[in-house]
Amino acid sequence: MSYKILIVDDSKLARMSVAKVLNVLHPGWSRVEASNADEAVAMVKAENPDIVLLDFNMPGRDGLALAADLKTLNPGMPVAIISANIQDEIVARSHELGAAFLAKPLTEQALAGFLTGAQARLSAPAH
Amino acid sequence: MNTVAGVTLDELELDALTELVNIGVSRAAASLRTMIGKEILLSVPSVQVVTRSDAARIIGERGENKLVAVHQAFDGDIAGRALLIFPETNSLELVRAVTGGDLPLEDIIELEQEALAETGNIILNGCLATIANQLRRSLKMSLPEIVRGSGEDLFSLAGATESEDVALFLYIDFAVRERDIRGYIALLMDLPALSSLKRLVGDFIDRASGSDEVHARSL
Repeated sequence: MSYKILIVDDSKLARMSVAKVLNVLHPGWSRVEASNADEAVAMVKAENPDIVLLDFNMPGRDGLALAADLKTLNPGMPVAIISANIQDEIVARSHELGAAFLAKPLTEQALAGFLTGAQARLSAPAH
Repeated sequence: MNTVAGVTLDELELDALTELVNIGVSRAAASLRTMIGKEILLSVPSVQVVTRSDAARIIGERGENKLVAVHQAFDGDIAGRALLIFPETNSLELVRAVTGGDLPLEDIIELEQEALAETGNIILNGCLATIANQLRRSLKMSLPEIVRGSGEDLFSLAGATESEDVALFLYIDFAVRERDIRGYIALLMDLPALSSLKRLVGDFIDRASGSDEVHARSL
């Protein structure tokens, strides 16, 4: 099964870097990108991605605020926050929102673990 | 585009530098959070090519005249200085936060230099080591030194020559939740090292984006 992934990061390089890891793991999956929270919300409405990977520290609304918006828009959509800011509060708030937390720089192993869980959730029969 | 001393950094290179600083400072903030037990709030980093006097002005515009900074010089393939800067009025509060808050004022004052140097050392080393690892280069770091004065005093530190008048200035604001502590982490990179930095950042971009592998496959 092929999925569509939305990558949100204000840094183009960071988006390229996530895309690279994603491409190694799932070369067949499609990908859309956004550089801030507003763009990401518009992209979710227009493109209907299956999974969202987003940065925490962005100008405007940060990744946690965006994750909360996305969960309201689409509660079942797997979301991961990717950040080098591994402070307990950020990780805990990600989890409270139902989002995974992945440390930056992103490793194949960390992303693979998240995507395996995400695929299982997406393929599970709807309640 | 930013052209300085004949070296141009394009948009993606500046983006990569900002991202490097973001990763470095975020990691360092997590270390500070462990020391203080309170969340550290960070701004989005800013990267600019400026003169030293502009850097001093940017810090001065924050409305503080009396600043205290922990300063560490770094040297290697890239060279420059890293500074953890905060208003002098915050200095004792930071020491109090780091030491746990139960000490009498005279002990805090006595510990101030040492606690500032150690805090600065953990933050600045953490930040620079992350950047060096990402660039796959090792950096030699000096011992931390405490500097007091205005923004100008901090940016005209001993050893800066005229050729270093223009510098790559990267800074990020931080604040400690529930404490009246805020400050800036600034990196000032010497421009004689800019062409070397450009090369290292180029390699970093290739590794991060996978374009080296694309290139390898196309051969």
